[in-house]
Amino acid sequence: MLSRVGRLSACLLGLATMVGVNSTALAEEVERWGVNMPVGVTQVSRETYGLHMDIFWWCVGIGVVVFGVMFYTMIVHRKSNGAKASNFHESTTLEIIWTVVPFLILIIMAIPATKTLLKIYDFSETDMDIVVTGYQWKWKYEYLGEEVSFFSSLSTPREQIDNLAPKGPNYLLEVDEPLIIPTGKKVRFLITANDVIHAWWVPDLAVKRDAIPGYVNESWTIVDEPGVFRGQCAELCGKDHGFMPIVVKALPQDEFDQWLQTKKAEAATLRALTEKEFTFDELYSQGEAVYNRVCAACHQVNGAGVAGVFPAIKGSAIATGQMAAHLDIIVNGSKKNPAMAAFGPQLSEVDIASVITFQRNAFGNNMGDSVQPIDVLKFKQGGQ
Amino acid sequence: MAHGPAKGISRWLFTTNHKDIGTMYLWFSFAMFLMGGVFALVIRAELFEPGLQIVQPEFFNQMTTMHGLVMVFGAVMPAFVGLANWMVPMMIGAPDMALPRMNNWSFWILPFAFAMLASTLLMEGGAPNFGWTFYAPLSTTYAPPSVTFFIFAVHIMGASSIMGSINIIATILNMRAPGMTFMKMPLFVWTWLITAYLLIAVMPVLAGVVTMMLMDIHFGTSFFDAAGGGDPVLFQHVFWFFGHPEVYIMILPAFGVVSQIIPTFARKPLFGYASMVYATSSIAFLSFIVWAHHMFTVGMPVAGELFFMYATMLIAVPTGVKVFNWVTTMFKGSMTFETPMLFSLAFVVLFTIGGFSGLMLAIAPADFQYHDTYFVVAHFHYVLVPGAIFSITAAVYYWLPKWCGRMYDETMGKTHFWLAFLGLNLTFFPMHFVGLAGMPRRIPDYALQFADFNMIASVGAFLFGAAQILFLYNVIATIKKGKPATDEVWENPEGLEWTVASPAPYHTFTTPPQVK
Repeated sequence: MLSRVGRLSACLLGLATMVGVNSTALAEEVERWGVNMPVGVTQVSRETYGLHMDIFWWCVGIGVVVFGVMFYTMIVHRKSNGAKASNFHESTTLEIIWTVVPFLILIIMAIPATKTLLKIYDFSETDMDIVVTGYQWKWKYEYLGEEVSFFSSLSTPREQIDNLAPKGPNYLLEVDEPLIIPTGKKVRFLITANDVIHAWWVPDLAVKRDAIPGYVNESWTIVDEPGVFRGQCAELCGKDHGFMPIVVKALPQDEFDQWLQTKKAEAATLRALTEKEFTFDELYSQGEAVYNRVCAACHQVNGAGVAGVFPAIKGSAIATGQMAAHLDIIVNGSKKNPAMAAFGPQLSEVDIASVITFQRNAFGNNMGDSVQPIDVLKFKQGGQ
Repeated sequence: MAHGPAKGISRWLFTTNHKDIGTMYLWFSFAMFLMGGVFALVIRAELFEPGLQIVQPEFFNQMTTMHGLVMVFGAVMPAFVGLANWMVPMMIGAPDMALPRMNNWSFWILPFAFAMLASTLLMEGGAPNFGWTFYAPLSTTYAPPSVTFFIFAVHIMGASSIMGSINIIATILNMRAPGMTFMKMPLFVWTWLITAYLLIAVMPVLAGVVTMMLMDIHFGTSFFDAAGGGDPVLFQHVFWFFGHPEVYIMILPAFGVVSQIIPTFARKPLFGYASMVYATSSIAFLSFIVWAHHMFTVGMPVAGELFFMYATMLIAVPTGVKVFNWVTTMFKGSMTFETPMLFSLAFVVLFTIGGFSGLMLAIAPADFQYHDTYFVVAHFHYVLVPGAIFSITAAVYYWLPKWCGRMYDETMGKTHFWLAFLGLNLTFFPMHFVGLAGMPRRIPDYALQFADFNMIASVGAFLFGAAQILFLYNVIATIKKGKPATDEVWENPEGLEWTVASPAPYHTFTTPPQVK
């Protein structure tokens, strides 16, 4: 902490001395501190940045005039200077001028803003569609017509958040699996949510749309150059709202196609795995990984839950009771407490089988039993 | 028959005297201001550095929610009602408020509402954690059990506000002294009259929306539940139909306050009185047709986006007129800079900066970048803290000598001002930067590039908090042992309140004054 305070004062000093010295160094310092909206990497983001700067300079100009007059008055027309008060208190001419002039400035600003807005709302002629679904607290990306879909969640280790390990350069802005898009293509995002309202926001693309359960919102982007762009959920969505980042990776078309093929093959392998018989240890160790990725956010890494909000897994009636009830709550969620979502559509059969096996045997639950992916599939098909 | 106040606690419990009730409103709002301030300091302490140090995310969300609710409904609104209680009858030459028993009732239900709201912090599952805007379904299907108490508390606050505003309207319309025509009323009275109409129009909408939540939570309806055929976006439309006029409810009386103070210390009549009245009315009207600018990213049709963008930009016109009028009032005056004037001048400059960022937010395509970031947090704190809070502080320093008959300590007042001014700018100005650079609001932890500015903001917040303790001390010291104030207090101030003795007698204007 002290080092940060030291660095901060050094920066402030440096900034102060640099103002008079070197404008490029100042520009670099401004860049490092992140004081302005990113210009971004798309036509829309550049236009948005332009609008932002235009309206900003209008405000600066008006501010200079208004505050200029005000400070002049405060310095010159003060009683201690012997200023005698005039008595004028009305001027229709002045009132008309300062009603009409701002109105004209507004019209000047409204024209480009309208043009950009109409461009953003042009959803025609898209090259591909990606369904973006917000979940508490992760994103699901589904490539329409490609049978490829996956979840993307925070990959920053818990130790960094709890200050037990040094923080990485992309602290809180890194995910296990980024959204991959091709460059030079008009990619349409169909944005919705599964539970509460989220908002999908990537500043460099100037895309922000609310993800609302029951609604499908549209947005689009064309990224010219390959790159990695980071954003965050922008609508308060509960406990881990600050921990569901977005990472978009733009690849050249050929690399994108390659990636898509690999993902398709992976999906096929996963479907085949459902048929496979797993050992207890395989299920348990994979289950631990799934638990930490999916369940631990609420039920905690030690399975103790949070009193009054998220029930404990440790010694819980479900995890130490009938297998069918355990399958039911994982696959269909809780009717009593909607915070426990239905994970049937979110997780693979293998993941569900392993996390159930883990929960029944970890935290001293020691049930000694396990469940196979194929049983999960049967439950899903028959038990709905 | 004039008589003095009752003795002991019954004076305060059963009082129907507008001055007593005004005093209670002001002390209550200051207590809430400190409570909401403590919540804010918890937030700023956690955000001092990246990583989770002091609180966990679930409690952090309770703090942001409670801070907003307590500051809006507990600190700012009751403070303005308190000022109205004290000043409106004295400014229009009325002996008291028109409906004194209702006045008592509208104050005394407030402590119960806020005790109930505060008690949710101790409940299982914690206090409301869905933000002061309580968007469904986070506030319905996914809410902690304490949400029911929150709803009931909001109902009570709404009832209090509605009764308070009925009273203010009835007083202003019926109890003006002979000769006090509408266009002779002090601007504070005008702005409160308009505010009271806004309150009557929108508090029932707020009551409606929380009642729909209550139905969804307990009685199986699906107003806001997509799974039952309801609509989560409907919540936002109804909420902001209340919410946008609400933000003007918190600023119009502030316009009134500085319009009283600036002429006094510029020793020059208010410039453009009539245009001030018309501008305030236009702002009030526009406040009803701009609500969806809070929802630009919600996925409205482009026609809706355009309408709300244009309407929102229009607000800059009457608001600009007010700022120009204040500056012209000072122009060629004979200015002095006592504490109320310092707070009012800071109001004009900093509120205008908040207005500028508001104009930027009105540009819908740019708002796609600003929306729900710290830029918005910076914007609304610039209009609320130097706007509402500074004007209330200015009003207290301006009228305190009239209320208690004693003069406050000018040096301490000025120290309070400079500490608060520095603290507030340190706190909120860097928020513009982190917001533009991409920091979302309402997050308990943040990426490393936001660290430096957050640290500055946290230091500023504690400074601002400390300044308010000095304020409290100054007010108490004034009441207890301040030097006696003259009846006029300031140099030739305008207004009927300065024609009565200091301290103002328990009953004033039992025979109406003649206004020429």
